[in-house]
Parts: sequence; C-alpha cells; structure tokens
Amino acid sequence: MKFLVCISNVPDTTTKISFTPDNKEFNKAGVQFVINPWDEYALTRAIELKEANAGSTVTVLNVGEADTEPNIRKALAIGADDAIRVNAAPQDAFFVAEQIAAVAKDGGYDVILMGKESIDYNGFQVHGMVGELLGIPTVAPAMKLDLAGTTATLEREIEGGKEIVEVSTPFVASCQQPMCEPRIPNMRGIMTARTKPLKVVPPVGDPARTQVAEFALPPKKQGVKLIDAANAGELIKLLRNEAKVI
Amino acid sequence: MSVLVVVECAEGEVKKSSLEVATYGARVAAMLGTTATAIAVGEATEASLAKLGEQGITKVLYDAEPRLKDFVNNAYTKLIATAAEQEGVQVLVLANSNIGASVGSRLSVRLKASLATNVVELPKTDGGQFVVKRGAFSGKAFSDVVLSGDRKIVAVKKNSLEARHEAGKTAEVVAFAAQLTDADFADAPKQVVMQEQTGGVLLPEAALVVSGGRGMKGPENWHLIEELAQALHAGTACSKPVSDVDWRPHHEHVGQTGITISPNLYIACGISGAIQHLAGVNSSKVIVVINKDPEAPFFKAADYGIVGDVFDVLPKLTAAVKELN
Ligand SMILES: Cc1cc2nc3c(=O)[nH]c(=O)nc-3n(C[C@H](O)[C@H](O)[C@H](O)COP(=O)(O)OP(=O)(O)OC[C@H]3O[C@@H](n4cnc5c(N)ncnc54)[C@H](O)[C@@H]3O)c2cc1C
Repeated sequence: MKFLVCISNVPDTTTKISFTPDNKEFNKAGVQFVINPWDEYALTRAIELKEANAGSTVTVLNVGEADTEPNIRKALAIGADDAIRVNAAPQDAFFVAEQIAAVAKDGGYDVILMGKESIDYNGFQVHGMVGELLGIPTVAPAMKLDLAGTTATLEREIEGGKEIVEVSTPFVASCQQPMCEPRIPNMRGIMTARTKPLKVVPPVGDPARTQVAEFALPPKKQGVKLIDAANAGELIKLLRNEAKVI
Repeated sequence: MSVLVVVECAEGEVKKSSLEVATYGARVAAMLGTTATAIAVGEATEASLAKLGEQGITKVLYDAEPRLKDFVNNAYTKLIATAAEQEGVQVLVLANSNIGASVGSRLSVRLKASLATNVVELPKTDGGQFVVKRGAFSGKAFSDVVLSGDRKIVAVKKNSLEARHEAGKTAEVVAFAAQLTDADFADAPKQVVMQEQTGGVLLPEAALVVSGGRGMKGPENWHLIEELAQALHAGTACSKPVSDVDWRPHHEHVGQTGITISPNLYIACGISGAIQHLAGVNSSKVIVVINKDPEAPFFKAADYGIVGDVFDVLPKLTAAVKELN
C-alpha cells in the first residue's frame, strides 16, 4: 500500500491572530508554526496502517515554501518514509488541490489522507477537489479508517450520526477525531528523519480562483456583566428581556 | 443565468440550516435580478418542498430515487451538477455542512467554479466583483474573499442569517431525474447510525447551546446540563478533554479541533475558556460563562457571567427557565 499524507503548516493553536497593516496578510512575526492538528490524525493513522501492512510506505506532501521544512521533518520523525514539498506559497484551496492531484497522479498512491481542514483558512475543501481532479471517491470527514486488502471501511460523520462507507483504493479521506491518538516524535525518529529523502518540486496548474481582499478581527466584546450566584435566576430574565435570545 | 440552492432534507422535512441557505440564495437572486431554484437532496415530502416559497424559492427540483435518502457523495455530486447545468447556474448556494463541504468541493472542480466555504454574510457585488465574508483562523478572524470566474459556489455557515418566512408563498415542485446509474451509488453507505440527541436538538443546527467542561467533574453530573438544555430547547456540547475521556460523545466536542458553532446563545459551564475552545464558539451571538474561578479566561469573552459553583447555579437556572415558560 502506498499512502500519501498531505500536511499543512499552520500557526500554533495558541496564536493570537493579527494581520499586516494593510490587512492583506497574516502577520507571521513571532508566530510558531506546527503541523495542522487535523493532519496529525491522517499522518498517525497512515503510519499505523503501514505498520500493519508489510511493504507499505508513507509519503508526506506539503505545498509550501522552504520555511515549512521543519514540520515536514517532524512528520518524517513521527514515522513517514519520505517527503515531497511543492515549492509554492499556497494561494487557495484549488491551487493546493491541483498540486496534490499532480503529485498523486504521478506517484500511483493507493490511499490519500489529509486532515478535515486547516486551522488557518478553514476551507474543508481540498479533499473533494483532489478526489474530483483524480476521479476517485472522497470520504469526508472520516472518524475511522480500516483496510482489508484494497477495500477500506470508513466511518463518516454526518450531522447527528455516522455513515459506514466502503470504498476501494484509490480514494481520498479527510480525517478527524477520534481516528487515532496522534503520535509525537521520539529521539530515534528525530535522528533518522534527518537522512530521509525530501524532494522539492515546482508547482503546476492554473492560478488560484479566489483572492483574499482583506482580513478583519471580530469586534471587541463589551465586557462581561456579572450576576450574583445567589440570584442566578436573574440571568434568565436578562437573557429574555435584555439580550433577547430566549 | 440563475441561482441554484441545495436544500438538505431529513425525515421528510427541510433542515433548518437549509431554510437559511434558501433565504440566502433568494436574496442573492434578487441582487442579480434573477430567480432562485432549489435542488432538494435527502428525503422530502412535496408539501415541505413547496413551503420553500416562504424563503423566496420559486421552483424546487426533486429526484425521488430512493437511494438518495442517505448521503452518497458521487450520486449527490452528479445530481446537483446536472441540475446546475440545466439551470445555467451562476451562483450555487449550499450549507457549510458535512454534505455541503463534500459535494461543494467536488462540484467546484466539475463546474469550474470558485468556491468559498464558511460564509457568514450576503455577498457584495459592487463594481462587478463578487465578494463574500467568511470565517477564518477557526473563528478568530474573518476574511473578505473575491470569487473569480463566471460560476461561484458559496457554502453558508449555520445561524449566519435568519430564515425568511413569508407565510402563504409556495414554490413549484418539479420532478427531476439525473439519470443516475448503479456506478454512481458505488460509495453508498452500508449503514447509517444516528446518535441520540439531547431533547432532539442537533448541535450543529441549534440556536441555543448548553455546554459542559471538566468542571462538571464526571458524566454522572451531565443531567444538570441536559435539564437546562431541555428547558431551553437547546443542544448540548462539551470541551475536548470531556470527549477525550468519553464522558460525552465526540460529536459534541466544540473548538479548534471539534466543531465550530455560532448559536444565538452559548452557555459554558465549568469550562476554562482555553484559546482552542474559544476558537470554536466565539462567534456565538451571546456567551454566558459559569465558572467558580473569577480569573477563568472565558469571562473575557463572555457577555454574561456567574462566578459560582455549577452544581449550585445550574439547578437555579433550570428552575428560572421553567418559571418563565
Ligand atoms: C492542538 C490542540 C487542539 C485543541 N482543541 C480543542 C478543542 O477543539 N476544544 C476544546 O475544548 N479544547 C481544545 N484543546 C484543549 C484546550 O487547550 C483546553 O485544555 C480545554 O479546552 C480545557 O477544557 P475545560 O475547560 O473543560 O477543562 P479545564 O481547563 O480543566 O477547566 C475546567 C474549568 O472548570 C472550572 N470548574 C471546576 N469546578 C467547577 C465547579 N464546581 N463549578 C464551576 N466551575 C468549575 C475551573 O475553574 C476551570 O476553569 C486543544 C488543545 C490543543 C493543544
């Protein structure tokens, strides 16, 4: 089985978000970047399945400039075998999907995994675009993934429940909890990751279909109105008469 | 040239989020000087589809193929794409739901359309551009996005705009056959398992949400959350550590790695308000925080707060709601 795991490089989850003075770009100054938390589920599950299926390989793929390499190396340290970086700043979901589809087409991968969405742009789009570009099924978002030969059984979250879906390889799945327990790299992994192959390839495809005109932060809250715990019922009256939400 | 709206149905009825989407689509159609048609997916009665007239829809296409009752990605994509081509679609509107995201992304490739998900406002169309506002950075920011090209797909976030209800208006329901084949159903679900929802309110659709964190101490105390939720007809949610230790099911976990919600009212009980939790809830219209620690970070994001013990405060709130009803 050949697994391709797509990872994005995102601001750490504790980051206070700010933008450049013209509000056109995210302000990266002083921000630490991590592997997108949703992608960690995809990566770990691929490694678990590789371990259970002898002869399998896991390739990680990132669309990004050279500054993403520390997190690509981290994915290698967690247990991926090799990596590909498409040397381009990700412009929009479609642009990223085109890069992934191009790599996948040439590489003959059986299973393409990624996180449900990236925690920065929250597109929740790339999975379907890749599936459609390659003409293969997509399962999104997947909470469970098992493989028996070339047949995969997945649990897909639907509002209020789940669907059990069976698909044949090749397919794309976007992963979320509770797929597995994400792993952290150990010392041996970190040492071996340094020598694992990381190939850099140029971007392909059409330009982006969407452009960000401006970013904005949500309006500041007015400040909290405290109600005495002894008269907690007062809150319900305020919610009806003042906030008008109940 | 037209606006096509995808409405999701379950158990014969149009989902609440799809009534919002229908309203959105009808408003966009009015802006563009055209009409809004809907394509219904899932199980719907003709009467419930005709009622989409109340949201401003003029015509509803419906394929009664029984295998479309449950979500099938390939079949839904083909069904909607066929309708979109037939209607000469310019703007396709769907819900930012698991179905919307699954088919919306495939459709954007198939229809060569630009796509924006997580959209929270009606578009601005000045100067020939089509600009939508969407949530980004897990609810910590917004972005205005320009959609280029002739065709656009917009996935509207739940609770972003109120559904219109113009009593008495009806839409024409038209039978529609997308000529689906067995191959289109190759990825049909083998089984669908529905979870029990508190008071029958689905969390992603809920206008009011009562949520509990580690401060609730254990699953045996969740009846306090459920009783308040039931009295308010609210959905229930939880923080990540609560679902990690299986006090509550995963689908109730909200936040950066859970689901993002934007209800009219979010009541957080015994939740500290870590930045990853806030990311999933801070676009709620009104936030109430109950925490015994006056320094809990959640109070900074709250509109109303009670510094107190949840075990003392929650029963009082439930009693007050019952008194009011
Ligand atoms: C990559 C990453 C992703 C994450 N994603 C998410 C996410 O999606 N969602 C999420 O929720 N978290 C997420 N987290 C975890 C997050 O950082 C916090 O750990 C979590 O939100 C804390 O949950 P909590 O507030 O329930 O628990 P705690 O932090 O333990 O807080 C419990 C609170 O309850 C109060 N309390 C205790 N007893 C009582 C009482 N009797 N009455 C009233 N108040 C009481 C305490 O004062 C405290 O403030 C993520 C973390 C990481 C690193």
